[in-house]
Formats: sequence, structure tokens, C-alpha cells
Amino acid sequence: MRRSRYIARKITWALITLVFVITLNFFLFRVLPGDPARAGIHDPRLKKEAVEAIRVRYGLDKPVINCFQTLNPVEFGDCLVNPLETQFFIYVGNLLQGELGISYHTNRPVSSMLGEMLLNTILLIGLGQILAIVLGMLLGILAAWKAHTTIDYAALLFSLTAWSLPTFWLGIILLFIGSSQWGLPIGGRITPGMTYENTWQQIVDMGRHLILPTITFTIVFLGEYMLIMRSTVLDVLSEDYILTAKAKGVSNFQILKDHALRNAMLPMVTIIALNLGFTVSGAIQIEAVFSWPGLGGAIYTAVGRRDYPLLQGAFLLIAVSVIFANLAADLLYSYLDPRVQET
Amino acid sequence: MIDQPRSRSRAADLDQAPILLELSHLSTDFLIKDSPPAHALVDVSFTLREGEALGLVGESGCGKTTMMLSLMRLLPANGRIIEGTAQFGGVDLFSLSEKEIAGVRWKEISMIFQGAMNALNPVRTISDQIAEAFILQVGRVDKKVVDDRVISLLDLVGISADRRKQYPHQYSGGMRQRAMIAMALACNPQIVIADEPTTALDVMIQAQILELLEKLRDKLGLSIIFVTHDLGVVAEMCDTVLVMYGGVTAEYASVDAIYNEPRHPYTRELLRAFPDLNRPTAKLASIPGFPPRLNALPPGCRFAPRCPIAQDICHIEQPELRWIDAGHAASCHFLDLLPDGPAAAASPNTPSQNLLNSES
Amino acid sequence: MTTTDQSVIIRGTWSTFLRNKMGMVGLIALVMAIFIAVFAPLLAPFDPYEVVHVTIDDIYAPPSLEHPLGTDDAGRDVLSNFLYGARVSLIVGFFAAFISIVIGGSIGISAGFFGGALENGLMRFTDIMLVIPDFPLIVLLVALTKPSLLNIILVIGFLGWTSSARLVRSQTLSVKERKYVLRARSIGAGNPHIIRHHIFPLVLPLMVVNTVLIISLAILNESVLSFLGLSDPTMISWGQMLNFAFSRGAMSTGAWWALLTPGLGIVWLVLACTLLGHGLEQVLNPRLETHHLSVGAEMIARPKIPPAHLEEGAPAPGD
Repeated sequence: MRRSRYIARKITWALITLVFVITLNFFLFRVLPGDPARAGIHDPRLKKEAVEAIRVRYGLDKPVINCFQTLNPVEFGDCLVNPLETQFFIYVGNLLQGELGISYHTNRPVSSMLGEMLLNTILLIGLGQILAIVLGMLLGILAAWKAHTTIDYAALLFSLTAWSLPTFWLGIILLFIGSSQWGLPIGGRITPGMTYENTWQQIVDMGRHLILPTITFTIVFLGEYMLIMRSTVLDVLSEDYILTAKAKGVSNFQILKDHALRNAMLPMVTIIALNLGFTVSGAIQIEAVFSWPGLGGAIYTAVGRRDYPLLQGAFLLIAVSVIFANLAADLLYSYLDPRVQET
Repeated sequence: MIDQPRSRSRAADLDQAPILLELSHLSTDFLIKDSPPAHALVDVSFTLREGEALGLVGESGCGKTTMMLSLMRLLPANGRIIEGTAQFGGVDLFSLSEKEIAGVRWKEISMIFQGAMNALNPVRTISDQIAEAFILQVGRVDKKVVDDRVISLLDLVGISADRRKQYPHQYSGGMRQRAMIAMALACNPQIVIADEPTTALDVMIQAQILELLEKLRDKLGLSIIFVTHDLGVVAEMCDTVLVMYGGVTAEYASVDAIYNEPRHPYTRELLRAFPDLNRPTAKLASIPGFPPRLNALPPGCRFAPRCPIAQDICHIEQPELRWIDAGHAASCHFLDLLPDGPAAAASPNTPSQNLLNSES
Repeated sequence: MTTTDQSVIIRGTWSTFLRNKMGMVGLIALVMAIFIAVFAPLLAPFDPYEVVHVTIDDIYAPPSLEHPLGTDDAGRDVLSNFLYGARVSLIVGFFAAFISIVIGGSIGISAGFFGGALENGLMRFTDIMLVIPDFPLIVLLVALTKPSLLNIILVIGFLGWTSSARLVRSQTLSVKERKYVLRARSIGAGNPHIIRHHIFPLVLPLMVVNTVLIISLAILNESVLSFLGLSDPTMISWGQMLNFAFSRGAMSTGAWWALLTPGLGIVWLVLACTLLGHGLEQVLNPRLETHHLSVGAEMIARPKIPPAHLEEGAPAPGD
């Protein structure tokens, strides 16, 4: 199929999903009992001016959407009202300007809080994912090559166990051992109150804080990627063109490198993309255990403090990131697979 | 009815040509978990001379491909060669080490696999895959040298050079087959095994491929082994024919002898089953029944359950491969029943009898 | 497919399964977990719901004869809590998975069987739900509603169907084209009959494998939710135990028994389901044992022939 058409289709679906998520995000918070706007109104922590500001920002006196005045409880309203004057479109309008509300807890704009957090999460996940992917792929190829031998069974057992570990629990155990036995920090991104003489010290300090979370992340995902890679490579190694290569006198190592690896990478890209949800779950857990100031941790603390604007903003940002990551994976796939060709 | 095989002016010289490959008493088993092993091949032998084209004929599952894989030592992990020797260039191929046989594969004996779509890696270019075949031989050379060789190989088979960087799915079925041929010739082998080279191609393309193989055979002095179930291909291309059934040799003779004086009932039935262009409205014959399961073989002759002239002895005792005359062997209990073979003993109106009668 | 065919297949599959080590280990482990969950009141030395008066010495007491696994942050017996905790994990796992399978299976079969616009619409919707990260959404929904066992089951269940839907649909598509389905249709069988007697039995095996894996995911999800403090605090669950231990100083006190035990329980249960699932998959969807690069024992298995005694080759035609 044509690459340009493939890409156009994928982008279209990404946008549709985006619209769906935004809509979902909005209505969730209006429909469910924990309605933030109203909760915010009654929250005794807020001053009168803040309450008014919220009322104006969310347009609480305006109808939620055409035909519905409020959704919880359901109250019907005027269908012919100007859509732009409804809460929903006010919300969308705010979004497009990058306006995500003000955190109840810190009174800072949610968008700037999330900006820092996103970078922290990417740092944490990025390192762990890369390690997990590389190691997982290598182990997977090895296990598939030596399928049904002792090496394979050992690798399988390791991966299945790693996959079965609750991420947060692995983090706790590693944290326990790491902080008591090896003097590694208990949590956070940097040592609180520390001053640095240069950037290198800062990097080292952050590095020390990254070790345990990254190891946790790597172990959990190593298991999963190894399992997937093994099964993909097993399929590839049963294909006829492997026999052709063997008949041509190509060595086992070369076959694994030039045929197995290359062909197995394609499904891997797709599957890694599909597993981004799992990645998010892992990030939330690890950031919670290690107090890492990222998006996942944001969700955790926001839930605990009932900080609804932050919660809503964090969820949206996470969902949007995953959608874009999926899109990136699709685009990458289209360039890797020659069967999706240029016009 | 198949036309008389083209008389080969080469046939006379063939007897003088030196023997390239001599396969003797090959037996191959497949081990099956919790089951007795399947005897895929039992005591098969043939000789291949320089420039000779041998046809391996039989139904699916009769062992033709297994024999070729055994020769190249490319059997699957549960395959075992339990008997036999393969004399080639003064050595027994079966006694070589893994490293040594890798030096023989493709450089001396290469193979054109069937199903070229699956036998080529879909995500690598044709050029890469052809180069892969000879790059180990030439070692570290200029990319241009490699590229030139690929171009000349593709030229041999009639594929234009500007298509060499394309991928298998961009080639038509016939082109893929030709690319496979080019790949098989990459190291100038002495023997090429063509495994069902024309199956799954339409008739026009089949003719092109066969023509190409014939041309290459003359030009490069190749010996070819055609593994096929298509008697037409055999008649067209081969000097010698080995008919197999259920893992054993049914008949082994020159192509003329097979078509004019078939001795084994299976060979006769095969010939009979081929539609006759001269008698388009005649009822199609077929051989009833199914080929035997290789791990549950019937006692006695393997063809007995389906043989039109089977007697009691056929179900008890396996017939030996016997030489009828120099150059013609068959395995049947009733070879010398009549000069024309056992079919004449059956009803005078059997189509095989008509086949023989109409040939004049 | 007739019922006799079905029972023959089921019996054959069962005996193959009994020989599959991975699956059997998983099954036994799972049965053990169910056993302790069911008989927790009989097995537990203490009743975790009973109000006890504790002194400072009872909090985070190390393992002893009285408390083989020590005590937790409130002086309660860890072993008893552990035994009771199995219940929540299993209940959530099974019921949430049940909901997911029913939804996913229905969507999958409908999409695969009826095709056309219905399939397109359902699959597009499934794709959207697949991309949206499910866990944050679960957290969100549970946080916005009342945290209770029922809610957790419902939320996990209603968000866990996407993988089954895809799987069931592709399996339905391949089954739909089989000969005997066409034959049944040609003799006038209606859609419900075909679905029930032909499609469903062939889709079921893969659904079973998928169900086991979904159960393990549901158990993991529940434990994370409990750990994050989003479940009913009056319920004892392993995640909850870890939540209390983690946030109430088990680490600084060095009370490793409070941290290790509940986690091991989760691993035990999830690993059991995973092994069971992979074992079932090997049985129901067997792959080739070997591939082209498999290392087999020596391919040449004939007796060694000394070169001097090589046999004569067969005479060639024309000799």
C-alpha cells in the first residue's frame, strides 16, 4: 500500500482518538460524583475570590453542553444555545490555549507543573525502556535460537517471573535493600537541600536517585519484551527463507543477525507501541514508590489530595503522549517495512 | 498422452560423461515423539553424470524433497540419515564435518526451492539476497565488484539490472523464480537441484522457466536434478527418470524407457493419468486411494493397496529393485511376467494397453 | 461439530494438558491459592477483623512462634491477614475477568461474524480504547467514584476487554470460512445456531487462554489500586497490606516480613495464572517444536564406514 496513504490514515485516527479522549476527559469529570468544579466550589480551603474565578473559568452557570444544563443530576436545558457558550467548548477553548487550570493544592498553573513532570517521566522511562528493549531483544533471540533447551527454559522462567512481579512491589523490595544495604537514596529526584558546585555533581546526584527506579523498570519490562521477542523470532526461524539462507552456507550468527533480527523487529515495534499502556502503569507505580516527580507521581498525589485540575490535566497529558507515541511507532513501522512502499 | 520425449542428441554422449554424484542406498528416518520413526526413504540410489538432467518423480510425500534435503544435509532437527553414502568429487558427503559440508553447499551443489515467495526474505532486497550467496566466497571486496556480479547473474536469467534493489513482493511469480535461479547459480555450482520449479506458475511462465533452465544448462554445463510431480516437465527436460513411491524407488530408467516401456505398475498408472490431448473427451483416469503414512507402512509392497494387478505376495513381501536390462531398474514382483510388462496380463482393454498400442 | 466430536477433542486436550509441566504447575499453584482463600477462616490463627488491644511492642513484631510471619503496623498477625487477603485478589481477578471476557467475546464474535459496518465500527472503537492507556483511566474512575470492591471489579472489568475482542474477532474470521460452517448454512441453519454450535466451540479454547491471562492482569491491577489507596480500606487485600506497610514505616523499622509476605502472595497467584495460561496455549495452539536453526543430535546416524570399504555404487543407466 502507499506510504502516504498509510500515514494519512494513521494521523487521522490519532486525531479522532484525541478528540475522543478530550471529550471523555471532560465528561468524566462532569458526570461522576467527584465533580471537581462543584467540589471546588464547596472546598473550604478556597477563598471567595478563587471560588468566583473557578465559576467564571468553568462557566458553571452556563449549560454543560447543548440540551443539557447539568449532568449530575441530569437536567435538560436549551438545545439552541450557542455551543461556544457551553462548558464543554469553553473547556476545549482553554485547552487549545494550553490552559489546564490551577492546581487546588499548589495554586500553580497545572500546565507548568506538568511540563516539568513530563520531562522527569521521560527521563525515567526512556532509560529503563531502552535498556529493557535492548536486553529483552537479545535474550529473546537467544532463547528462540536455543528453543526447548535448558537455556531457553531458564530464560522463560526468568521472564515469566519478572512479568508476574507487581512493579510497585519490586520497587519496594529494591528500595528496601538498596537504601539499607547499599546506601542508595530513599526517593525523590535529587537530594533535598543539597547545593552543587557544578553540573557534573548535579548529574551524579540525579543518577544515584535514578539507579533503583531504572533497575525496577528494566526488570519488569525485560521480562515482557523477552517473551514477545522470543515468540516472534520463533515464528521467523520457521520460515522458508531461513532454510534458503542456511542452504546458501550463511552461518547461524549471520542468519540471526541479518534475517531473524531484521524480520522480528517489525512486529516488535507494533507490540511495543501496544504496550505503552503497560508502560504508563509501570511509571505510575514506580514514581509513587520512589517519590519521583513525574506524571505518574502526579496522578498518585493528585488522587490522594483530590486535586482535580491536576488529575484531569495529568490524565489528558498522559493519554495524549501515548497517542502520539503510538503514531510515531506507526510511522516508524511504515519506514521499516518495505511492503509499505513509496508511491 | 504425453508426446514422445524429445530425442536427445546428447543421449549418446551422456554415457561417456564422467560421474559427478553417486548416491548409494540412502535411507532416512524422521523421529516422531512417542511414535515409531517414519521411514521417509529406504535404500534409494541414483547416479548423476556431468551435464545430465535427472527427473525425480512422485506424489507429494513420496520422499523426493527429503532425498534432496538429505543430500544437502539440510534435514529438519528430527531427521536422521541412517544409511547410505553420497560420493561427490572423491569424498562421501555424509562423512564431512559441518564446516566441510558448508563449503560444498551452494558452491558445488545448490538448490532452487519451491514456493519462491516464501523462500525469499520479504524485507531484504533481491540484490542483497543474491549477494549473500557469494559474498562469503569473495570475502572483503569492493561493493562495486559485488554489485557487478549481481547484475551479471540477474542478466543470465533475464532480469534487468535496475530492478535489483527491489523487494520480492515487487516481482511477479515468474520473476521471483528466475531470481531464485540466479541466486542458485551465484557460486558456479556443478549441480543444481530444482525443487518443483514450475509448480504454482501459469503455463506460459512455466514454459519460459523451463526454456531458461535448458539454456543455462547448455551454456554453463550444469547437471540438474528436477524434483517434480509433473510428467510433462520430465519429458521435456530430463535424460533420466527416478520414479519414487512411499520412500522407495519404483522405477529408474532413461526417459525413453520410462515413457515407452514402463515396467512398474505405478509408473504405468502415472502415465495413464496424464490427460491425452489427442483424446480430449476421454474420461480422466486417476489412481484411487492415498499414499501411505510413512510411520504406518503396509507390509509388503508399498504400492500394493492401490495397485491394479496386486496379488497375495504383494501384500506380504517387499519387491527388490531389480535390473531389467542395463540402465533400467524397477521394483515389482511381476517384472518378467510378460515382455511388455505386467499390464498386459490384465484385461486387454485397459487404457495402458491402448496407450502402448497407439504409440506408433 | 457434533457433541461427540467435542467430547473427544476435550478428552484428548485434557490428557495432553496433564503432561504439560508448565500448565500443571500453574494449575496446582492456583488451586492451592483458591484453597487457602476459601478456608482462610479455618486456617488463620487469628481473626483479622477482630478488634485487638495492642501495645507498642506488638507493632511490627518480628516472626515468632505466636506470629509466624510477624505483625503489621497495627499489631495484627501478618499470616492471618495474608490468608484472608487471597480472597480479595481472587474475587476481583475472576469477576473482573469474567466481565471483560463477556464484553470482549461478544464484541469479537459479533464483529467477526457479521462483518460489514458493524465490524468496522466495533473494531474502530476497540482500536481507540486500545490506544488510551487503561491504567490511568482505571485510577481516574475509581478515584472519582466511591472506592468499593464492587466498583473496582466493575471498572477493571469494563476496561479490560480490548485484547479479547481483537483475539476473538480474528479467530471468528478464520473459523467463519471453514467448510462445515458453509455447509450448515446451506442446509438452512440460522445465525444463532451457527454461532453457538460451530463458531463458539472453536473460539472457546483461545478465549480460555486469554481469560487466564486477563485474570492475572486483573489481579495485578487490583493490587496496584489497593496499594495506591484506592480500594475499600476495611477490606484486607495484599495490595492494601503493602500500602499500610509502605506508608507506615515498615521500611524504616526494618519490618521485612510485612513487605515481603503480601508481595510474594501476589507473585504466587499471578505467576500461577501466567504459567497456566502459557501451558494451555502450548496445548491448544501448539507451535512447531523445532525451527530451521534448531540443534538436533547428529543428523548422520548411520554406522561409521571406513573409507577403504565403501560399497560399490549402483550401476547407472547405460553402463
